[in-house]
Amino acid sequence: MNMLEIKQLDVWFGHGHNRVDAVKGAEFSVPEGESFGLVGESGSGKSTILRAITGLAPEWSGGITVNGERLGKQRRKSFYKTVQMVFQDPYASLHPRHSVDQVLGETLALHGFRDIDARVVKLLDDVGLGQKFRFRYPHQLSGGQRQRVAIARALAPEPKLLLLDEPTSALDVSVQAEILNLLVDLRKDRGLTYLMVSHDLSVVGHMCDRLAAMRHGEIVEIMDVAALRGMQAQHAYSQELLQASV
Amino acid sequence: MSTLLDVENLWVRFPTRNGVFDAVRGISFTLGRERLGIVGESGSGKSMTGRSILRLIRAPGVVEADHISLEGQDLLQLSEKEMREVRGKRISMVMQDPKFSLNPVMTIGDQIMEAYRLHSKASKSEAYAKSIEMLEAVSIRDPERVMRAYPHEMSGGMGQRIMIAMMLIPNPEILIADEPTSALDVSVQRQVLDIMDKLVRERGMGLIFISHDLNLVADFCDRVLIMYAGRVVEVCEADKLHEAKHPYTRGLLNSLPRLDAPRDHLEVLQRDPAWSEAPSVSGRS
Amino acid sequence: MSDTHSPDTQNPEAQSLRAWLLTETPTSRRHAKLSALYHGWLSFRANTMAMIGLGILVALLFVALFAPLLAPHDPFEQNLGSRLLPLWTEGHVFGTDSLGRDILSRLIYGSRITLYIVALVALIAPLVGLLVGTVSGYVGGWVDTVLMRITDIFLAFPRLVLALAFVAALGAGIENAVIAISLTAWPPYARVARAETLTIRSSDYISAIKLQGAGAFRIITKHIWPLCISSLIVRVTLDMAGIILAAAGLGFLGLGAQPPSPEWGAMISEGRRFILDHWWVATVPGLAIFTVSLAFNLLGDGLRDVLDPKAGD
Repeated sequence: MNMLEIKQLDVWFGHGHNRVDAVKGAEFSVPEGESFGLVGESGSGKSTILRAITGLAPEWSGGITVNGERLGKQRRKSFYKTVQMVFQDPYASLHPRHSVDQVLGETLALHGFRDIDARVVKLLDDVGLGQKFRFRYPHQLSGGQRQRVAIARALAPEPKLLLLDEPTSALDVSVQAEILNLLVDLRKDRGLTYLMVSHDLSVVGHMCDRLAAMRHGEIVEIMDVAALRGMQAQHAYSQELLQASV
Repeated sequence: MSTLLDVENLWVRFPTRNGVFDAVRGISFTLGRERLGIVGESGSGKSMTGRSILRLIRAPGVVEADHISLEGQDLLQLSEKEMREVRGKRISMVMQDPKFSLNPVMTIGDQIMEAYRLHSKASKSEAYAKSIEMLEAVSIRDPERVMRAYPHEMSGGMGQRIMIAMMLIPNPEILIADEPTSALDVSVQRQVLDIMDKLVRERGMGLIFISHDLNLVADFCDRVLIMYAGRVVEVCEADKLHEAKHPYTRGLLNSLPRLDAPRDHLEVLQRDPAWSEAPSVSGRS
Repeated sequence: MSDTHSPDTQNPEAQSLRAWLLTETPTSRRHAKLSALYHGWLSFRANTMAMIGLGILVALLFVALFAPLLAPHDPFEQNLGSRLLPLWTEGHVFGTDSLGRDILSRLIYGSRITLYIVALVALIAPLVGLLVGTVSGYVGGWVDTVLMRITDIFLAFPRLVLALAFVAALGAGIENAVIAISLTAWPPYARVARAETLTIRSSDYISAIKLQGAGAFRIITKHIWPLCISSLIVRVTLDMAGIILAAAGLGFLGLGAQPPSPEWGAMISEGRRFILDHWWVATVPGLAIFTVSLAFNLLGDGLRDVLDPKAGD
């Protein structure tokens, strides 16, 4: 079964003369348990697709089907139990005045969990942080630690589909390796489906099974990771991307 | 090789509530007419090193060194007024994000011309001609139109090329580039680097290229200093970076995902406290 | 002054408390809160001018609290035999006013009225402003348009004139003066709160909590308010001087506190008649207003350094 199906998706911002078409006729599907990558340069519309799925980009048309359910304009509460997102910049995605405990506790409470204390402890262990980080504030954490908290928050409602928006591009390479390993393990342990956006082909090559290359809001090519590793891109633009990243 | 810049025992210190924090701890290096890379992770002190050469560390930070000599003249002995002469005219700096380095309410032409006329007594028309010439040198098509444009009308790559043009107009002896391409897309990155490379070569400048990207530095530079916790842990020829010996450098290289060598798990860097204790390696050549 | 000689670093027990407060790894919610407060206090303490301001205000609070014990005379007791005595007269350090009342005692009791006004205005105006500003900024659309036009209307009136109109409609008296001042003071807070909300609204951490299904009410109260409040506190403290002056102005015009109440503005108003021959009657309460206003300004400057999230960390 497909966890995510995108059909003829258009996303735009603004109206009339100011209308900018960020995504034009995107079409792909991600089977359950797969990891799918979206690559392209800045402004290619790859992150916008994630925002349209989550409902953060309100102006879209076409079809988005998640876990067999076709999405309307409004997202139901149950939607957020299926789909969660990890943002690019861990320095911007945590509330500066909320401790780790508050961040995770509030998320769990919003999803109606009762055993919040036990779950906070468990989540921190799952993302490799442990108890001693529970009552810290974001400014007391490094970038990698913040991103682990953000991942813990996304895992809290026990989602099936995780949207990853350049989760390591703001981090040092050694920290990137730790976070990518964590994401690989989490997917294996929990049978998660990933949709990952990145500008870094080697990261996508490491994390994903298939990927779509985007340019100017359009998907120019969908290929599997073997083709990527073998440098066998069909479309001229994806070849260009490949050349530039080695 | 003639030495342009000679830095001996450089320290950058910041007093904090819990004692003094040393961002850079006693590093020494020289720069000739070459491309010197400084790589390291965030917090390694690489940017502080670049800024301290121009004495751009803000109070309460303190720069200390036995000497920072620009062709024999110790920059630490200069007054703030003399230092302003050095900045821009003899040593220029290109920062990471052109958006924050250009004045949003002035046209690009006015800014370039102002930068030029600040350091030379050229007339307006001379400055204009020179600016056009520089924009052409950084491969900007239609320079007349760009001269009339405002910074927000430029893409990131254009903005960064304009910054480079602006910094190179007074013909400095040294260019310090602090992550000049990390805000740019890979394809644009290449163009900007090529332009920078060409100009630095043609004019016989010294370039200090500060970056977190090992592969980029290996490709682009002649010599590389690898910094860790405020010290230089290893110095090597850029083309031999992939044969580096120090476990930190090796760890960084191995933690990168590679398309040609797929793995289940990436190697995780195990930090050894001894690395930050070991004395700095000299970057003199 | 060096920290090494202060007693709390020499006492081992105090030192361990300090270490407990300065820890990077708090062990409970309470510990984390206290630690954050202590960090704020340390950076506030480093600002000498702000500490002076705080000192003056603590002294004012102390004076207001123990007014009956501190005042040498009854502030309402008239003695026409010893009216308009000059400064430093035996038994009347700041002299007496036109009815022979001791000015020092009146100042001491007047501090209660000043604090009362300040506390009430500081509660009402920023709260109204915060509510209007954050709702307007977060909800947007026509709600934003309507609320901001109302704010504009209030902003367009000169402050004292608007307050005068309110007092004239509500009747003279200290409570009505407070309400009038609050009604004229909230629009700038609404503007500040709205501007901050607009930047906060589009940040990733607000998107992140939206993705947990949080509603507008929770986002505004739990996520936006904590970030707006600190800059509002700073602004209120800086505006406090203006509020005291407005209250004094209303008192001076006879529309605030009514005689024989020892409100500082009303005292100046009474002293005005003798200003050429008996200058101190108006000057002493004027100096009191000046000192307290200055203290609030100094405190506000210090708080800005501690609370402003853009400057810190």
